[in-house]
Formats: sequence, C-alpha cells, structure tokens
Amino acid sequence: MNFLLDHILSFIVFLPLAGALFLLAARGSGKSVADTARWVALAVTLMDFVLSLVLWANFDGSTPKFQFVEQAPWMGDIAYHMGVDGISLLFVVLTGALMPLAILASWESIRLRVREYMVAFLVLECLMMGVFAALDLFLFYIFFEGGLIPMFLIIGVWGGKRRVYASFKFFLYTLLGSLFMLLAVLAIYAEAGTSDVAVLIETAHFSPLMQNLMWLGFFASFAVKMPMWPVHTWLPDAHVEAPTAGSVILAAILLKMGGYGFLRFSLPMFPLASVTFAPLVFGLSLAAIVLTSFIALAQEDIKKLIAYSSVAHMGFVTMGIFTFTQQGIEGGIYQMLAHGVTSGALFLCVGVIYDRMHTRLIADYGGIVNRMPVYAALFMVFALANAGLPGTGNFVGEFLTMVGAFHVNSWLAIVAATGAILSAAYMLYLYRRVVFGALVRPALQTISDLTLCEVALLAPLAIVALVMGFYPKPVFDVTGVSVSHLIERHAQGVAMDKVPAAKWAWREDTR
Amino acid sequence: MGLAGGYAVNLQADFLIILPELILALGAMAALLVGAVYGKKATRSLICLMALLMAAAAAATLTGPDRASAFGGAFVVDGFTRFAKLLVLMSAAICLPMAQAFFDAEKQSRFELPVLIGLATLGMLLMISAADFLTLYLGLELQSLALYVLAAFDRNNRRSSEAGLKYFVLGALSSGLLLYGISLIYGFTGATSFAAVALAVKASGVGIGLVFGLVFMIAGLVFKLSAVPFHMWAPDVYEGSPTPIVAFFATAAKVAAFAMVIRAVLVPFAGAVAEWRQVIIFVSVLSMVLGAFAGIGQKNIKRLMAYSSIGHMGYALLGLAAGTKMGVQGMLIYLAFYAVTNLGVFVCIQSMRRGGEKVENISDLAGLSRSNPKLAFALAALMLSLAGIPPLAGFLAKLYVFLAAIEAHLYIAATLGVLASCVAAYYYLAVVKAMYLDEPAPAFDRGPGRALSAVVAISAAFSIVLVFVPGPLIAAAGQAAGALFR
Repeated sequence: MNFLLDHILSFIVFLPLAGALFLLAARGSGKSVADTARWVALAVTLMDFVLSLVLWANFDGSTPKFQFVEQAPWMGDIAYHMGVDGISLLFVVLTGALMPLAILASWESIRLRVREYMVAFLVLECLMMGVFAALDLFLFYIFFEGGLIPMFLIIGVWGGKRRVYASFKFFLYTLLGSLFMLLAVLAIYAEAGTSDVAVLIETAHFSPLMQNLMWLGFFASFAVKMPMWPVHTWLPDAHVEAPTAGSVILAAILLKMGGYGFLRFSLPMFPLASVTFAPLVFGLSLAAIVLTSFIALAQEDIKKLIAYSSVAHMGFVTMGIFTFTQQGIEGGIYQMLAHGVTSGALFLCVGVIYDRMHTRLIADYGGIVNRMPVYAALFMVFALANAGLPGTGNFVGEFLTMVGAFHVNSWLAIVAATGAILSAAYMLYLYRRVVFGALVRPALQTISDLTLCEVALLAPLAIVALVMGFYPKPVFDVTGVSVSHLIERHAQGVAMDKVPAAKWAWREDTR
Repeated sequence: MGLAGGYAVNLQADFLIILPELILALGAMAALLVGAVYGKKATRSLICLMALLMAAAAAATLTGPDRASAFGGAFVVDGFTRFAKLLVLMSAAICLPMAQAFFDAEKQSRFELPVLIGLATLGMLLMISAADFLTLYLGLELQSLALYVLAAFDRNNRRSSEAGLKYFVLGALSSGLLLYGISLIYGFTGATSFAAVALAVKASGVGIGLVFGLVFMIAGLVFKLSAVPFHMWAPDVYEGSPTPIVAFFATAAKVAAFAMVIRAVLVPFAGAVAEWRQVIIFVSVLSMVLGAFAGIGQKNIKRLMAYSSIGHMGYALLGLAAGTKMGVQGMLIYLAFYAVTNLGVFVCIQSMRRGGEKVENISDLAGLSRSNPKLAFALAALMLSLAGIPPLAGFLAKLYVFLAAIEAHLYIAATLGVLASCVAAYYYLAVVKAMYLDEPAPAFDRGPGRALSAVVAISAAFSIVLVFVPGPLIAAAGQAAGALFR
C-alpha cells in the first residue's frame, strides 16, 4: 500500500499507457479485438478513476505543499517531478471520472477501428493526467502538447464530414500557441537555471520585462487552449466534428488545462506581469462572456451552441482567476469543475439524440419530450446547470467569480452578470426548440427514450451537478489552503517589485 | 635516437589512429579488385563484406584512443569524432541492405555500389577527423565524387542521371567556393591547420580578407548541408536519385558534413564568433523558414523530405550559431535524431511499390493505416517526430537546440524557428492525414523485407522511447561536444 501511495501519481498517469500498449499487442479477429478493446479501456479507466479517488482520500487539505511527490533523474539536470496540491488534485479526479463515461459513450457509436480509438483515448488520458500532475516545466510541456496527437486522430479519424479541416485547425492552432510557451519555458530555464515548478513558484523572481514577455508566451498557449475570445475559433469546429466522447473530453478536460496553467504558472511565477495584464484578461473575458453568448444564441447546430457557451463560461473562469481574490480564484476552479461535469454531460446528451437521428441541427428536432421523457428531464438538469441556475455547481462558480470581480471593479461584475442572463436565454431557447413544442417531424415519431446504459451515463453526472450546487465544501476543503497560499505568494511577488525594501525583508524571511 | 626511428614510431602510432579509415580504404580497394574479377555476381557478397567492414571500422572507432592526432596534426580523433563517425557508419551500414533491396528490384545491381558507398563513407570519416583545411578538402572530394556517381547509379532512369549531373555541377561549384575560401584563409594567416589558424586569429584578429575567406569557406561547406541559400540542388537530387542513395545523402552525408562544419568553424575561428555567427544565423533562419514554407505544396514525398531536410539543417545550425558547448551538444542530439528518423522514413518510402513499380506521391500513402497498420504507425511516429511534436524524439532534439539558442540570447532566431516549425508541422501532418484519415488506396506490393522492417521498427521505437530514457544520448552528446571545448 505504501509503495502504491508513494508512486500513485505515476500509476495514475501511466496505467492508461500500459492499457494502450496491451491493446496494441492484442491479437485476434476484428470483432473480438474490438470487444477486448472496449472492455480493457473501460477497466483501465475505471481503475484509474479509483486510483484518483484514493488520491483524493489521502490528500491533506490543510497544507499548500505538493503532496504525493515523486522525483527521479530524467534528462540531464531536468528531473521527473510529479506532485499535486489543492489546485491540481481535483482536475485529476475530474479526468478520472469522465474517462470511463467517455469510453461508455463510445461503446455502441464507434464501430470502426475500435482498437485504435480506445488506444487513442487511453494515451490521451495518460497525457491529460500528466498535465495536472507534472511539476517540471518540460515535463508539463510534453504532456500538454503530446495530447494534440491523440486528439488530432480522434477528431480526424472518427469525426464528422469536415473532420480533416477541423483536426488540422485544432492541431495547428494549439501548436502555434504552445510554441510561444515553449520559448518562455526555455527562457525561464536559461534565466533561473531550473525548470522545477515547485522551486520556481516559490522563489522565482524575474525582472519586469522578462515577466511581461514570458507571461505573454504562456498566455498565448493558455488563451488558445481555454479558449479565450478571439482565439476560440478552433473550438466550435473541433466540437462539431469530433465524435461524442471526443467532444466530452475536449470540453470537460482539455479546456481546463488553460485555466489550470494560469493558476499554476502565470500567477505565481509572473506576479507583476499578471497584474499588468489583468485588464487585458478582463477585457477578453467580458468579450467572451457577452459576445460569444450572443453568438451562441444564433446557432443552428446544437454542438456549436454548446461550444460557444463553453467559451462564454471559460470567460468567467479567466475573469475570476485574474481578480487575485480568494473568491475569484476558488470560484474559477469551481466553475471549471462544474463546467467539466455539465458540458461533458451536455455533449453526451447531444450524442444520445445524434446516435438516433444522425443530425445535430436544432431545426430537425422539436417535441421530443413526448417520446423521451427521461431524456427531457436529464437534459433539463444539465441545460439549467449550464445556465447557472442556483442549486447547481455552475451557480456556485459563477457567483464566486462575480463576487471576486466585484472586489476589483463593480462594472466588471455587472457586465459579467449579463452573461449569466444570456446563458439562461440561449440554454432555455435551445431546450424549448429541441424538447418542447409539437412532435411534427415524421422521423422523430419512432425515436426511443434512453437505454439503461445511457441513464447510467447521465444520472451520475446529474447527481454530481446538483450536489456541487448544494454542498461545495468538499471542493473548497481541497482548494482553500492552496489558493490562499497562491494569493499570498502572488501578493509578495508584486510587493517585491513595487517596494524594493520589502523585497529584502521577504528574502530574509524565506531563508 | 635518430630522426628516422622517431618518425617510424610515429607512423605506426598514426596508423593505429586512422585504423577505421584504413579498414575502409583497404577494404574498398579489395572489393574493387574482387568486383573487377567476378563482376555482377559478387555484388551480394561485396555488400555483406562492406557492411562487415563498416562494423569493424565502428569497433575500431569505439576502441580507438580518446584523444590523439596524427600526421602532424592534420587528423584528429576525440570524443566528438567518435560520436559523429559512429553515426555515419551506422547510417552507411543501413543504407547497404537498402540499396541491395532497391537495385535488386530495379535489376540494376552492380558491384560498384558497395565500393562507392565504402569510398564515400571513407571520405566522410576523413571529413569528420580533418583538422587541417587540406585534409578536409581531400575527404570532402572523395566523398563527393563517390556521391555524384551514386546519385546517377540508376543509369537507365533519366531523372537519376539528371540528379547526378546537377549534383556534380553544383557540387563542383561549391568546391570551388570552398577552395577559394581556404586559399584566402591561407593567404591571410599563412596556415591551413586549424590550430595554427586559431593562433593567428587570436594573435592578430580577423581582418577583412580573412572574413572574405571565412564567408567563402562557410558557403562552400553549407552547400553540402543543403542549407539556404545553397539548397537548390536538394529537391531535384532527392527526387531523382535512387531512394537508398537519398537515404545515404540525407543521413550519413549530412552528419559528416555537419561534423566538418562544426569543427572547421568552431576550432579555427573560436576567436571570431561575432564574425561568423551572423552568417550562420542568416543561413539557419532562412533554411528553417524556406524548408517550412516550400514543403507545403509538395506532392512527391521524396521532394517533401528534401525540403524537410533543408528545414532540419536550419534547426541544427541554430545550435552552431549559439557557438557554445550546449549548442554543439544540441546539434549532436539533433543529428542523431535526424539520422535515425530519416533512415526509417526512407525505408518506408522505398517500400512504396505498387504493381512492381515504385510510387512516390503522398497520396499513394492514402489509407495505409488500414492496409498496413504497422508501417503506417511507424511512419506516423517518424513524421510527427520530424515535426517536433512532444513526446517524440524530434521534440527533445529541437528542445536542446532552442535551449542553446536562448541561452546565447538568439531570441529572434529562436522565435522564427519556432514559428517555422509550426508551419512545417502542416506537411508532416498531411502525411499522417493521408495514412490515417483518407480512404484507402490499393495496398502496396509488400512491406520492406524482414531486415529493413527491423530498421523501421527500431527507428520508430527510438522516436517514441527516447523521452523515457533520454539520459544516455544526452550524456554521450555532451561528452562529444565537450571534446571541442577544452
């Protein structure tokens, strides 16, 4: 048990990779390999989920220190360094929880090249887990960028009609953003002489110019990944073309890497630059919240609508993070987790009707509540959660980010609040057009309600979404101390540049 | 002790130092004799013999002295030459069975093939070990002459003849530039040995005349790397020459040329970094950018690989522009990655045959992931590795080169390089797209033979596994680079 706990992060990260290797080596006829692939992928992702729960259970929320730390020599001076704190832990759990659902969602709908599909997903899980667990800049970068390859294949091979365009756009767009981050990472390594995140975020102190440049480098990558307005245009294409499970993972986890990156790197390593550029982030966040909400209102394609709503909701996250307040940042994290659950669930909901009707156009639906009451009920929970209705996790997140924003500037909060109204508008409008009304389309007359398997997929997510709305304490127990430490460290970093005397005093303190 | 006696002892020691070269030289001559007597039927055995000789030369390189110089300092061996020579010998040895498979299929098999490859390799080893501009030139010419013939080896094929001719004419021009540069350097320093030139540069700095010599010399050398603006020959030669020969150009010849450039620039002109750095940065940035943009429109995969190699030369040169130990280490890692990856890619290209005819378009790879999943997986890994996508080997290689560039404050060059690599990613992805996303074209005749499949497998495995165990390669490259900076 101790061995397991000491190396639990490596197990969590590399177990899916082992599963993928096993699948690659599997022999047999087409059908038996496909079945093996499904079961092995499910078993591995479930095991990984259990491991991530073990991680949570053994996590000590009273310290901001990195826990479950592993260190080993790797490339020259660069070490293999893993660990989690209150900020990253829950993303590991979120990834662990959603992967089995993604596999289940592909159970029936993916019939072609099942083995390769499952391998791609398992490799992707390995890389996503690695992003949240890595404590070395280079290691982080490798996990962060490596995820492009499996996602490229998932969209490109199993996607819809314009899959080639969407997959290339996704790949090149995110690659371009990330390459700027690579330059910044190299500059940090050249300047500070280490790439160890745990060391850098506690002691790094760069000149204001360096901070600004490197902040922009990281920003280029995270803003594309988030995605922030105006570099969000890859997301609707990728979402529309990706298979259901691909959309789920994209919305629920890949988008969170940007927000996580801001918290892990930008704020503590470049405190002054973060303050300098906060107005920029606020401006882009508000643009995302308001503009993309309007764009969402006008969408004809369900997946596109949800994609734009994701951009809008990520606007709340970036706004909350850059308020540098306890509420804003914790709200941002909470919003990311809640959005992970609800957007994932919404894409699953779209997948359910897409599998039956093979269309995603809103106009092709209407009145399906008559034939699919259970579906209508579950879809309602997620639609309202996405709209930020009180009693759902998204409300908690959005509310806290707005409280944080209020501390900074009341107009910021007021404009952001219109986004909350708009999100209710487009979600309810979508829900009305798809679910209510008369069932007039002949093709819909025979549509069947959810199967047991689909209920098993969606019901747990609905429960989690509601529990997060009423009882957020477990999450804040984990994030609280780490976030307050982050804010403290950030404030110190800013003070160091503002008041030279304080700089020396602080340096004495830390020794 | 008389002078003669001392010299004899020295000669014996010198022969020990050049043992790898001796093995290849004597072996190639013997092979030529055997071939002249037995003709075509000896080809197969001669290829085996040459591969064995290369293995022996590699063993001699490995067990040779750690640091020594021979023939009055005209020839050196150290950690750096060992690293480069092993890389060259490995690449050359793998090109031999490739060539055999190719020319057997084309019914063009002739005994001169192994002899020429052996002589070219000998020239490469000399280039790597040269510590005097004359040795360098002799090695370079031996290599080039053999390569001109090899480029035109598929002599019934017009494009192959065209490639050989083009390569010869432009190569002769570059040799002229190089010689002119060397003569200027000699004129202004009074020496041809690297050490003596270095002393002269240190003592009296770099005058305008020496700068001219330096620039002409770099132009001549960079031609062999096919870096911009001396790249024009590469796409035509790559497209026209027989695939295994292209593999030989792209791997062994490039490694040797690089090792030569590194030493010829860093050792004699260590005191004139500012003078040559701008030239190298210029060449490097242009190569990266041109390689990235010009590759986009290519349909022929060999032409694509030519532009890809132009781009890669640019990345590797970035390490030289840094001019530091870290930079050389990065370049050596880059060269190792580049040689291993390209060997795998060219074996894949060579196995693209349909109905007995070779096909070379990217669209011919369509749907390979279904007709030959293993080959497609390997080629995809190699392509993404060339694109520099983590976690593959190409990323680690680029990482070290860029790190060296950033540490040397070459921010603009590094930024341009990074942007170019994003552009270049497009055409590598296009190959992956053809294999994985497109509907299948008819299957290829058969995969590469068992031995060549192993080459592909090892090269793909190298791309994937390097990230897990990068230590040995990084340490070896670091040690080799250290030999130049003592």
